[in-house]
Amino acid sequence: MSNPMKIRAAVKDGVTEVKILMQHEMETGLRKDTDGTLVPAWFITEVKAQHQGRTVLEAQFGQSISKNPYLLFRFKGGAAGEKITVSWVDNKGDKREDEAAIVAA
Amino acid sequence: MNTEINLERRKALKAGGGIGLFALFSALGLLRPGVALAEWNKTAFSAKNMDEALSAMGVTTPENNAVFIQLTVPEIAENGAIVPVKVVSTLPNIEQISILVEKNPNVLAANFIFPAGTESMVTTRVKMGQTCNVVALVKADGKFYRIAKEVKVTAGGCGG
Repeated sequence: MSNPMKIRAAVKDGVTEVKILMQHEMETGLRKDTDGTLVPAWFITEVKAQHQGRTVLEAQFGQSISKNPYLLFRFKGGAAGEKITVSWVDNKGDKREDEAAIVAA
Repeated sequence: MNTEINLERRKALKAGGGIGLFALFSALGLLRPGVALAEWNKTAFSAKNMDEALSAMGVTTPENNAVFIQLTVPEIAENGAIVPVKVVSTLPNIEQISILVEKNPNVLAANFIFPAGTESMVTTRVKMGQTCNVVALVKADGKFYRIAKEVKVTAGGCGG
């Protein structure tokens, strides 16, 4: 089971800035375990961020994205209290969705 | 009594019609025509070198553009496992922004799309196996533009 993402969304002058820190090992499939065996590739492949049900960012990731993926982006709109929802899918089919409320910056 | 019923019906029709159309347009992508991520491109994400990655993405001769794309990366990466990358583009009608790491075992790091109302800007973190160019590739109005910057890596971050 995956761990929750940290989502911070703050609105200022009509623009909401969203910072996301996902919890995921993002294994490239090239790392060797302590006993010498290759750790299989395991990484987030798709991310979607929504503001009140409307998509505000879509991303596709490959193995070169760092462990515990970080994203920062901004969109016009949003008000304190409104929900930001972020969901991801990984190459094993695992999924996760977390949400946070926008705060006034 | 008739007036009451008619009013309720009118409200219901109005609300239903409004939401229905919005949902329909949204689903059809008509709110922002042409902007949608294609399915996760396994060939592109498995590409072992820049040419392979670009070819898999259908990129033909990207134009170097340092004016309308800003790529911010550290000159020297303290930790190759976590290299911050920021891409901003002021090109109109941006369809997609991609980040590639030239000498990584998996060159294509990420693709992003920005729906209407979202700034064409993103910051993320990539792994780098060795000193090489980080490339920001922007697709706008059907054409590709790129900018590259070298990042020196002292301790590689791709594993092994």
